[in-house]
Amino acid sequence: MSIEANEEFKPKIVAFCCNWCSYAGADLAGSSRLAYPADVKIIRVPCSCRVNPMFILRAFEKGADGVILCGCHPGDCHYSTGNFYARRRMTMLFSMLDYMGVENGRTRVEWVSAAEGVKFSTTMNEFVQKIHSLGKNVRLGDLRCRN
Amino acid sequence: MQELIARAKELLADGTVARVLGWKAGDLPYNPEPAYFEKEEDFKDFVYNSFCGANLSKFMIEASKLEGKTLVCLKPCDTYSFNQLLSEHRVDRDKAYIVGVGCKGKLDIEKIKKQGIKGIKSISGAEISDEADTLTIDTIYGEKTCAFSDAMLERCHVCKGKEHKIYDEIIGESKETKDAERFAEVERIEAMSPEEKFAFFRKELSKCIRCNACRNVCPACSCRKCVFDSTKFDSSQKANVDSFEEKMFHIIRAFHVAGRCTDCGECSRVCPQGIPLHLFNRKFIKEIDELYGEYQAGETVVEKGPLTSYTFDDVEPGIVAERG
Ligand code: SF4
Ligand code: SF4
Ligand code: SF4
Ligand code: FES
Repeated sequence: MSIEANEEFKPKIVAFCCNWCSYAGADLAGSSRLAYPADVKIIRVPCSCRVNPMFILRAFEKGADGVILCGCHPGDCHYSTGNFYARRRMTMLFSMLDYMGVENGRTRVEWVSAAEGVKFSTTMNEFVQKIHSLGKNVRLGDLRCRN
Repeated sequence: MQELIARAKELLADGTVARVLGWKAGDLPYNPEPAYFEKEEDFKDFVYNSFCGANLSKFMIEASKLEGKTLVCLKPCDTYSFNQLLSEHRVDRDKAYIVGVGCKGKLDIEKIKKQGIKGIKSISGAEISDEADTLTIDTIYGEKTCAFSDAMLERCHVCKGKEHKIYDEIIGESKETKDAERFAEVERIEAMSPEEKFAFFRKELSKCIRCNACRNVCPACSCRKCVFDSTKFDSSQKANVDSFEEKMFHIIRAFHVAGRCTDCGECSRVCPQGIPLHLFNRKFIKEIDELYGEYQAGETVVEKGPLTSYTFDDVEPGIVAERG
């Protein structure tokens, strides 16, 4: 006999947002009362290029089902060029995850300015939908401890 | 080899160099090891043969801090690593006297053993002077033979060429060994389904014993403090490692050398578990070539590499999901 946990799958999403644009964008989404799922946990970072690939992998390890990185639009980074470097790094990381067969699509990068509350909320809704369709992240967790 | 020894002794005697960095005979016929030679009599152990795969460029980081110049023997592929270290200001050009040594391909003892050749007493055909197309191996079970190219390191089958990229002088002949495409394996994996890819890497990576040899040997991995030595991570030792840490170690190791890895092949050569680490490095090299323009790390001394530069119109990371 086994106990079936028949819960509905609620994706856990970690969103790294740069302080100067995207975090402010998320704030605006909040103050404009635009809805985005409560399962999106925002982590504020000084700039998108602060995000080390390990942050993303660790988020998955700790149980995230999807990770999204948001920063200022290219050319608008508060530190001028941070997001350009982040863009290349994330391209590399995502391609490696795909190459290793860790599902493609659980990671995303989106540029969201401080004025784009609407974009923030639609991006998050879309991303949650996407992760919902992919299901639970198993391949980047510890396979030996899970069933 | 005699020419190399004679020249090294000469430069040592006239004071041009204070020491020589080369290879000395190991305790078995196939495991020469990197060594310094400072005195005339040290040279009795000096060897340069087809088992001298070890890339000596990383030793120049320490040697750059010593008094006087160091004569360093570099094979064609090793010179890429030296250039890369120069780009990163890790070695001092003025402290090095580079002798580019010829190369006709280096051997992988594991490949010989895999053919069932055990109890090896001596190997002929692996000396620079008598390099043959077939190796004759004297074992305790009698004489065996093995084709030289069947025993060659993976990297030599995809050799970047026999041109030394940086040197003070060149000693010895080289021979073309390339007979395979560098990205063929990577493409084969790319064509797999996600399940197949995952199964393939899981199988390979679960062999890893976290000995750190791949990191320690790598000329691009030269940080004084390495993230993988942190005791905060379980990945610092095998006992605690789970399947996540395994993947993380390999993704991050490859990521940290992305754009700087010269594809010198040392990591795959030293892995005691035979894990094909080059498959990770080459994936990044291939992506960089395709997305940001062809780039060979260590070709020349550069100011900025592909991951420390950018253009306004770079592709978005979403490309990975789009191309499926
Ligand atoms: S890769 Fe080329 S230069 Fe390097 S050891 Fe092999 S054959 Fe020699
Ligand atoms: S050399 Fe091989 S076994 Fe050792 S840490 Fe590297 S991949 Fe793992
Ligand atoms: S990652 Fe491997 S192939 Fe690349 S530079 Fe380091 S040792 Fe050489
Ligand atoms: S500050 Fe927003 S991306 Fe650099």
